[in-house]
Amino acid sequence: MTGSENNNTPDRAQGSIGSSIGKVGDQIRQPLWLLAELTYSCPLQCPYCSNPMDFANVKNELSTEEWIDVFKQARAMGATQLGLSGGEPLTRPDLVELIKAARDLGFYTNLITSGVGMDAAKVAEFKEAGLDHIQVSFQASSEDLNNLIAGTDAFKHKIEMAKAVKANDYPMVLCFVTHRQNIDQVDEILDLCIELEADYVELATTQYYGWAMHNRDQLMPMKEQLVKAEATAHRYQEEQKGKMKIYYVVPDYYEERPKACMNGWGNIFLTITPDGTALPCHAARQLPGMTLPNVKDMSVDEIWNGSDDFNKFRGFDWMTEPCRSCDEKEKDFGGCRCQAFMLTGDAANADPVCSKSPHHHLIEEAIEAGIAEAAKPVIDQKPLVFRNPKNSKQISAK
Amino acid sequence: MSERAFNDDTVPRLAQGYRFQWEPAQNCNVLLYPEGMVKLNGGAGEILKLISEKQQTVAEHIAELKVAFDGADLRDDVYRFLDEAYNNDWLRK
Repeated sequence: MTGSENNNTPDRAQGSIGSSIGKVGDQIRQPLWLLAELTYSCPLQCPYCSNPMDFANVKNELSTEEWIDVFKQARAMGATQLGLSGGEPLTRPDLVELIKAARDLGFYTNLITSGVGMDAAKVAEFKEAGLDHIQVSFQASSEDLNNLIAGTDAFKHKIEMAKAVKANDYPMVLCFVTHRQNIDQVDEILDLCIELEADYVELATTQYYGWAMHNRDQLMPMKEQLVKAEATAHRYQEEQKGKMKIYYVVPDYYEERPKACMNGWGNIFLTITPDGTALPCHAARQLPGMTLPNVKDMSVDEIWNGSDDFNKFRGFDWMTEPCRSCDEKEKDFGGCRCQAFMLTGDAANADPVCSKSPHHHLIEEAIEAGIAEAAKPVIDQKPLVFRNPKNSKQISAK
Repeated sequence: MSERAFNDDTVPRLAQGYRFQWEPAQNCNVLLYPEGMVKLNGGAGEILKLISEKQQTVAEHIAELKVAFDGADLRDDVYRFLDEAYNNDWLRK
């Protein structure tokens, strides 16, 4: 799971791959999008990961049979898109079996992976099992990126994997999560994509959930970096027209209006975490008062239609001002509940990204804090905290 | 529209990664693609169903649809839809 618009999936109304699964404002209330976070295991330690900080405390991953049962139930309720994510889904030994079961049920199956642990034989197995789409997220911390560009073994591996993806008739879909430390390298990132013969590239700015929130001061890009990156992305978009499609997602901290998070709470999006907890979005576990229903205890239908969690922020009655009387509420649903909670302490407040929010100054202060951090001499800068079980245990014990 | 994306002799096919299927829960035909779905109305669904099932020329598709729809002349409608589908990246030549 990247810290980018993979929460995105359906709310990619910003013009990313696949925006027509439920247009913004539609009241659908069908779990069209099932995100299966198969595991929190991951060989990487990305400091912008959107997994919860306490992921190391999550035990008891769902079994193969339990996952397939979830797929069946969600499919019967109208789910068509399945995201196989994590952690790193390649660490699940039953991944091929899960893909096959999902594809046989009629799902459009999307594998969201770092590519670490993937080889030509595995890609061929996935194809055989019916996998529809592979999205490879590049780690793209500046060090990784430098290594990649410098032509290390990792780079050779990526080239081979990219070839294997193409050889199996998949479009090459690459996702780079950008932040202050790598956003100045957008041209190098895009040159790399051209070399890999990517068909689609998503440049997604880090969104501040989970580990990314913890590391926000060190990841926050500067305004001038964004201006430059956007200009570069647009130049490549022109040059690559008809060959490689580039999506550039503007970071919401620099916007005046919030994103229509999840296309509305409990509207089309259902996340199942590794232990079977059902969430309206993958970051929602942190919200206070959540009952955290689990597919081991009740049906997906009961959870989707009947649980307090999924009904909590449906519709507009829960809203506070300025959202309640806002004429744009049907467009963005007041933004992201998790962001509202993390920054203002109340999940029912307007997402402070909105310039109408009385808490909008918190966004400006977060940007200022990033600028102040970047201005420090390197030796005084806070180190990035990497996402690994050791850090997870230490932080969640506090 | 000055120029058509397809002509009578071209064989349209679904773009890479696109899948057509009937969705009972939605009660309509849909087009699925990476992380997205389009619900299709009746006519669009019939045309894409044919394209996904049979590799044949536009002229052959039109002839077959004409039989299915009691001899109605669907030529302009089909071409209009094909242009739209092509511009949406759903179809390739």
